[in-house]
Amino acid sequence: MTRRLTREGLLNLAVLAGLVILPLWALWADEPFTITLATRAVVLALAAVGLNIALGIGGLVSLGHAVFFGIGGYAMGILAHHAQTYTSVMEWPFVIEGTKNMPIIWLVATVVSAFAAFLIGLLSLRTSGVYFIMITLAFGQMFFYFAISWSEYGGEDGLSIYVRNSFPGLNTLVPIQFYGLCLAILLAALALYSALMRSPFGLALNAARQVPERVRAVGLDPFRLRLVAFVISGAITGLAGALFADLNRFVSPTMFSWQLSGELIVFIIIGGVARLFGPVVGAALFVALEHWLGGLSDYWHIYLGALLLLIVLFGRGGLIGMFAGRGKIHD
Amino acid sequence: MSTILIIEQLLNGLQFGVMLFLMAAGLTLIFGVMGLINLAHGSLYMIGAFCAAAAAGLTGSFALGLVAALAGAAIAGVLVELIVIRRLYDKDHLDQVLATFALILIFSEGTRWIFGSFPLFLDIPAALSGPVALPGGIQYPAYRLALIVAGLIVAAGLFLLISRTRIGIQIRAGENDREMIAALGVDIDRLYTFVFALGAALAGLAGALVGAIQSVQVGMGEPVLILAFVVIVIGGIGSVKGALIGAVLVGLTDTLGKIFLPQLFALFMDPAAANQTGASLASMSIYVLMALVLIWRPTGLFGARA
Repeated sequence: MTRRLTREGLLNLAVLAGLVILPLWALWADEPFTITLATRAVVLALAAVGLNIALGIGGLVSLGHAVFFGIGGYAMGILAHHAQTYTSVMEWPFVIEGTKNMPIIWLVATVVSAFAAFLIGLLSLRTSGVYFIMITLAFGQMFFYFAISWSEYGGEDGLSIYVRNSFPGLNTLVPIQFYGLCLAILLAALALYSALMRSPFGLALNAARQVPERVRAVGLDPFRLRLVAFVISGAITGLAGALFADLNRFVSPTMFSWQLSGELIVFIIIGGVARLFGPVVGAALFVALEHWLGGLSDYWHIYLGALLLLIVLFGRGGLIGMFAGRGKIHD
Repeated sequence: MSTILIIEQLLNGLQFGVMLFLMAAGLTLIFGVMGLINLAHGSLYMIGAFCAAAAAGLTGSFALGLVAALAGAAIAGVLVELIVIRRLYDKDHLDQVLATFALILIFSEGTRWIFGSFPLFLDIPAALSGPVALPGGIQYPAYRLALIVAGLIVAAGLFLLISRTRIGIQIRAGENDREMIAALGVDIDRLYTFVFALGAALAGLAGALVGAIQSVQVGMGEPVLILAFVVIVIGGIGSVKGALIGAVLVGLTDTLGKIFLPQLFALFMDPAAANQTGASLASMSIYVLMALVLIWRPTGLFGARA
């Protein structure tokens, strides 16, 4: 391996170092709230890494990814709710018990969101461009209103989970341990993203975004490529939803809200579209701004809006693009 | 179930649809002519409502409130077009979505800054506050009837503007080939600003008219914006006729669904469960409608074939 580190590679290393050092510093300085903030950033970054597979490599601008985030959240909420009330999720045709075990919850969240992504993708990938943006938005609203009227699981008020779920061998109630868990999953997702980018599948997907006709001409089906990307993307965002719910010990219909779908896109754009660490940089900056500007002014969304406008109008390639120059794709 | 109830609900659905059309018409024109997705259209609706409530509160006149709504939204539209939107026409949809999302944040928080978080109230003018008797012994609120009439008049005016006037010809030409009409000497920048301001004024008018039957508050624009998007996607993006048909379809589906779906389920379920299922299906019904239309015709009812 004699690959020379690019500036983007160096920047990625720096971000990675920050993700490890900052929470350790917070632990040493006894500032648990900083660890919670960092966990929030890492979990939101995971959701955006999921979206980046569809949006960055596949060019699928989904304004409905909160659907998967919410499904993951409700998977956790429903299983843990039944576990803490000692009832079963369903008794017919077979008994499903609730659980407080994270790996099982993650598996359920991932599988159910992947299935939802498959169905939604099957319908919405028939369209493209603006229609795709709008139909994904509509699916998001559909789930949002469904969650609001689902009174069995709290309706508009959502569900509270009293104790964080458990992971074998760890005490997830200790902030730094839960952070480590989330960071490990984020790194795994980044490794998957990077492997996908370089795999034949990723290359074909990238080509289908640029020139679908040529991809079709060599015998590949762009629809199928996009559908697979959409399913993987939805599954990762769903897993992030389960973690987010566990971080807050609370799920509510706002996890399905279209603002959240918009924010996921915002993370990617702030960081840089189709950059490996783009969503991570974006989510970290967003959480930092939310905390810092939110403390300075109740109206911090104005500054966020202005910053976003500046990035869209003048900063092509997001923050990573500004530091590292143009990437290999999206230029 | 009485005929009177059904007719009343049909009128309510029509009223909702006509107001949605005012929103959707601007969105679809802006997309058709400039190729721009404007998420901030809901903010213009909100600005219209706030201008109307503020002006009506100061002067006590609903008519002046409407004038203020039209003017305020149009001015905001022109400013936004000149400062931001103009730079987005040749960018891709992703950038447009993001920049107009940023505008929503700025407008919503700005309005909260100026007016506070509490809702304002806009009173229905006294002359329209009572019910009117319709043929068949139906008592219907005069203001809602006035909304239907006003909406239909605006719709007719818009169709005349587009089909019969010089500016309408330019708008239609702009939808087809913008380089060509620029080459023929039409000032394309001015045309774009005009279309954007027109859409903004329509949204502001809708905000003011609806603001009198709901409360005027920050964030009121976004639910309507999403419904208006559903409308133009059903109708076919860029088509004003599609927007009208889509708006009435969405208005009727939403209103009738909320009333009749729970009753329908009550025929074969116990009342509590029927209410629950009916209500959740009703709030999802328009999105189901949209998904069905798109599966049947991926570019909407009157959209150009992609």
